[in-house]
Amino acid sequence: MICQECGQRQATVHLTKIINNHKTELHLCEECARQREDFIQIPSFSVNDLLAGFMDLGHSQPAVEKPVSSQCAACGMNYNQFKKIGRLGCQQCYQYFGNELHPVLRRIQGNTQHAGKVPKRSGSGLLIKKQINQWKAELKRAVELEAFERAAELRDKIKELEQSQLKEGDRK
Amino acid sequence: MSWINESGPARDVVLTSRIRIARNIAAVPFPSIMQPHHAAEVAEKVKKSLYNKKAEAGSTFAFMYIRDVPAVERQILVEKHLASQDLMESYETSALLLDSKEKIAVMINEEDHIRMQCILPGFQLNQAWEKLNRVDDMIEADLEYAFHEQLGYLTCCPTNVGTGMRSSVMMHLPALTVNKQMNAILHTISKIGLTARGIYGEGSEAAGSIYQISNQITLGPSEEELINNLTITCRQIIEKERIARKALHKTTGIQFDDAVWRAYGVLRNARTLDIKEFMAYISQLRLGVSMGLIPGFSLEDVDSLMTAGQPAGVMKKTGQIIQGRDIDEARATVIRDAVDELLESRKNRKEG
Repeated sequence: MICQECGQRQATVHLTKIINNHKTELHLCEECARQREDFIQIPSFSVNDLLAGFMDLGHSQPAVEKPVSSQCAACGMNYNQFKKIGRLGCQQCYQYFGNELHPVLRRIQGNTQHAGKVPKRSGSGLLIKKQINQWKAELKRAVELEAFERAAELRDKIKELEQSQLKEGDRK
Repeated sequence: MSWINESGPARDVVLTSRIRIARNIAAVPFPSIMQPHHAAEVAEKVKKSLYNKKAEAGSTFAFMYIRDVPAVERQILVEKHLASQDLMESYETSALLLDSKEKIAVMINEEDHIRMQCILPGFQLNQAWEKLNRVDDMIEADLEYAFHEQLGYLTCCPTNVGTGMRSSVMMHLPALTVNKQMNAILHTISKIGLTARGIYGEGSEAAGSIYQISNQITLGPSEEELINNLTITCRQIIEKERIARKALHKTTGIQFDDAVWRAYGVLRNARTLDIKEFMAYISQLRLGVSMGLIPGFSLEDVDSLMTAGQPAGVMKKTGQIIQGRDIDEARATVIRDAVDELLESRKNRKEG
């Protein structure tokens, strides 16, 4: 069915109004429905709503309307707003809403540690950290095996990489 | 030329394999709240790193602002799965980079700054990821992405965070549908982090028995693991569908052949075809062609008919926006002409 208002989009909102025994039916698309004042808020069911449901579940006391102080200092998005639209405003939101988001992520993703691709540019620090950890493990093994020459070599490599990372940090 | 006319592995069951990844540029607000000047900045930056560059051998990227694309063309992009409806709706700020072979599409300012996808014919998820990964590297060489050590690629909606990847396989499953096995399959795959939906159709109804199966989870497993899970699952579904097709043919015999040939007859002769009816016959025809019942017809031919009969495909031929009975009549004409053309080209090839 096509929307009666714009005549273009698919009608997904169907409304029957009965006023003084006079019945009117309306079939509208979501967009046109939203613009009509007489409908106030049409409850729709979308992924975002579902997500919003999870947001509340993430807390131990879901029913209590908690005072919303958490706001993203970078973009101004507040948590209630996010709950409503299911979309964050900027990358910093992940930091500012960290406490609220973590349980949500665990719930919808089942996991909170990324193990996939790492961008070479912004992820270079992470790549170095991974490398250092790997060498440290090797170093431990080398010491256990009393392969001191190899251990010394690894120790120097780690030191060098750690220092280069510190310098990188200073520049930033 | 696009994927529709190319053959690919397991094409009897799999129409296409698609990988999509979501990316955002560091320090720019997400599309959910960004200002028009941010949108323009993002579009220009991404354009700069890809426009006119090589997407793969023999193919380069073209750039377009959606506001400059005519309405019918927009709908065609959506139906070819090269762009989303959302991108079209935010046409004032959105843009698209499309490679000349129409395999790789990079949507700009959709839900995220960048949504890029690679779509290939048949069953080849790994190849799609390889190609897309290269394009991702090309952008990353110029731009810094919003990335978090623990959470991975940061996306506007937390349901995409991590790899930002959605891999999906579009499958034609008429025999499993007839045997009423789809519900059980859909239920099972949902338990292993996959999801399925019918495409070409509304709600849960899968018009033409065509389903899209994709990963639900994006954070935790690596890209390769996600693709691997989907590949293993789909491989099993492909085998089940093939077995079900053979069994169906064996048990229903002449009725099976009759249904296929009737579908062919209707598509070749009908004077009006609504979309639902059209998809039902196309599905029947595709099933028959996959089993070699209609000589001279390939699966690629059937799939190109399927695309031609979708609303935008029909409107492209008629050159105007039509609906209701008008489009049903136009659809029948478009399909009749297309079948005639296919038969003609076959004849010429034989003679030549």
